[in-house]
Amino acid sequence: MKSLHITASVLAMVAVSATAAAARDQVRVVGSSTVFPYSQAAAENFANATGMSAPVVESTGTGGGMKIFCEGIGEGFPDMTGASRAMKKSEYDLCVQNGVTDVTEVLIGYDGLSIAVSRATTHDWALTEEQIYLALAAQVPVDGEWKDNPYKTWSDIDAALPATPILAYGPPPTSGTRDAFVELTMHDGCKALPFVKDGGFDGAWVTENCSRMRQDGPFVEAGENDNLIVQRLEADPNAVGIFGYSFLYENLDKLQGIAINGVEPNPETIASFEYGVARPIFVYIKNAHRGVIPGFNEFIQEFVSDTALAAGGYQQERGLTVLAADKLVEVQKNTADAVKFEAIE
Amino acid sequence: MTDISNHNTRWGSTKAKANLARRKRSQWVLQGLGIGALSIAFLMLFLLVSSLVSTGWQAFTQTHIKMQFAVSAEKVNPDNIAAANWRGLVQDAMVVALPGMEPDEARKMAGILSNAAQFRLRDMVVANPSLIGQTVEMTVPTSDPYDQLNKGLIDRNTPEVNRRLKDPEIAAFDTLTADGRITKPLNTALITNADSRFPELAGLKGALMGSFYALLTCFLLAFPIGIGAAIYLEEFAPKNKISDFIEININNLAAVPSVVFGLLGLAVFLNWFGMPRSAPFVGGLVLALMTLPTIIIATRAALKAVPPSIREAALGLGASRQQVVFHHVLPLAMPGILTGTIIGLAQALGETAPLLLIGMNAFITAAPGSPFDSSTALPTQIFIWADSPERGFVSRTSAAILVLLGFLVTMNAVAIYLRSRFERKW
Repeated sequence: MKSLHITASVLAMVAVSATAAAARDQVRVVGSSTVFPYSQAAAENFANATGMSAPVVESTGTGGGMKIFCEGIGEGFPDMTGASRAMKKSEYDLCVQNGVTDVTEVLIGYDGLSIAVSRATTHDWALTEEQIYLALAAQVPVDGEWKDNPYKTWSDIDAALPATPILAYGPPPTSGTRDAFVELTMHDGCKALPFVKDGGFDGAWVTENCSRMRQDGPFVEAGENDNLIVQRLEADPNAVGIFGYSFLYENLDKLQGIAINGVEPNPETIASFEYGVARPIFVYIKNAHRGVIPGFNEFIQEFVSDTALAAGGYQQERGLTVLAADKLVEVQKNTADAVKFEAIE
Repeated sequence: MTDISNHNTRWGSTKAKANLARRKRSQWVLQGLGIGALSIAFLMLFLLVSSLVSTGWQAFTQTHIKMQFAVSAEKVNPDNIAAANWRGLVQDAMVVALPGMEPDEARKMAGILSNAAQFRLRDMVVANPSLIGQTVEMTVPTSDPYDQLNKGLIDRNTPEVNRRLKDPEIAAFDTLTADGRITKPLNTALITNADSRFPELAGLKGALMGSFYALLTCFLLAFPIGIGAAIYLEEFAPKNKISDFIEININNLAAVPSVVFGLLGLAVFLNWFGMPRSAPFVGGLVLALMTLPTIIIATRAALKAVPPSIREAALGLGASRQQVVFHHVLPLAMPGILTGTIIGLAQALGETAPLLLIGMNAFITAAPGSPFDSSTALPTQIFIWADSPERGFVSRTSAAILVLLGFLVTMNAVAIYLRSRFERKW
């Protein structure tokens, strides 16, 4: 019986100290898996440089991060969220509804999306956005009619492409990478089709009809794990994969980037926007937590500092395409002034 | 069923022989299937472990480099040691180490050293300011690409454009190797460091501590509650529809997918009670819910196995029901209970889904000091590493899985030992 008494009192003590320990002494960051490596780098450098406790960084996906970030103000809620696209109006409304009205948006740089294929492939790959659209969209024009995608092999689309079945591994709909891919590649490819160009369809029509990926097999949603896509590509030289440029960069000995509209993905072409499939990435700061959560202000400074974000900084080493120098100065100023963000429709 | 009256008793007849042959054949088939099933299971286990070992063994060593850093008085201000340009000092050391190279080129080769070199040098001098003006010799890890090169994981024959390391970088590393600076000792950082974004610095300390705190919480909660519930149900509860209903529900609870417990933890412990995210204590609470049915079922089985004669003898000597249970039945059932508990805890150790939902898959560079600090656990750490782009994490993921498997095998071995050593047969 004695041991039961001890266990009970230990549990009671534990329960009491749980409430005390909830007072947080480290910054919490959530958000996109694309921004995750950059938040990690900033967090580790911050801890090394200042000796303060390192921020806790959690990869939740852009949408998931927004949801937790916007849940409220207080120690139980994160201070910062990373996003591989701008905050949506619906997410901003959720924030406002929960009292998170003062948010600052920080553009930290650009991330290229790459379509890659194994180095073992025998074909010399190069695609246009139009071809990518025809290969992967749910609905395409066939003989002047808008129909379900009939293409099974690449050569069905263009005789110059290989006669192998279309097989692409890509991100799931919850991923910011998927949103960016649809917006940057699929929509542009759709708009370039003669059917759409000559048909006089507007942007709303494109968003409505060209956003769906095909569900009949050739496009495989491979989860949030980009390493898995890399492994699948190695195993099948005819498959292509869609993921962030940093994964291609780390695996350049096994994979090659496919040129899109004649431009190869590399840090220079991404920074100059010559390579069309690059997107801005952001972090959002909860201003109500500034000066309340210990180390948060210092962490923000570290995040936007020149050592991190400028050309030659550690984020560039990590695969981020950095901002132009004058843009960075503007971002640093806006961050320091805590400029309030408002979502646009 | 064979009808006895129709049975052919003339054993020498062809019919009887055919019958015998058929029966023998079906026995062989059964044995063959059994052996086949076992072989498939062993083959799969062998494939799993051998693929883990073949990728993971490299992570148990780490390339290190011995360097001399000149901590000159003009570069380090004794009044503000931490603010010195430590990265510059590391680069200077590289210029000295590579006399055959242009100084500007040699500075760039500071990337051979892990990013931690500058901070270790700083901390060393801060702790011991008398080092200013001296040359400090230190052995630090090399950065991940060079570690890969040294382990033969980067193919030197790949065309230069496709290679992570270019020709001058490889040449510089070869020079350093020829000078005897490069060693490849056991990678103790894998156990003594917490997580890092640099593979060469990343370790499992945070995950091990997190798993330990979570299992401790789980044990402290699930063990007493589970045993209490089992004793009541087995020894005191009246046998009626209500206790039957409770029993069915406990058995059902054991079959509930773990992700459901995670969702429950998220809704109740985090959102309602406002407990901290990513805390091993919350992880332990969730795992306790999951382990509880296993412990209750194991305890009831162990209590049932104690023969009624023990209870009757104690009652006959005037012991109360409670004395019977705590003085006689429970001690005799303890080996079985402990076995069940350890197996339940081993299951909890490998559980990932509920921990993902309560945010234990975060990037945390410090090991937790208490069960309420943010931390990861072993399976979630594997999850994070598996998703990291750096090549060094491929082997570290396998190594972490091997560490986890090692703990699971140890826990199960302890359970088997306890059973064979202390269990009494009646």
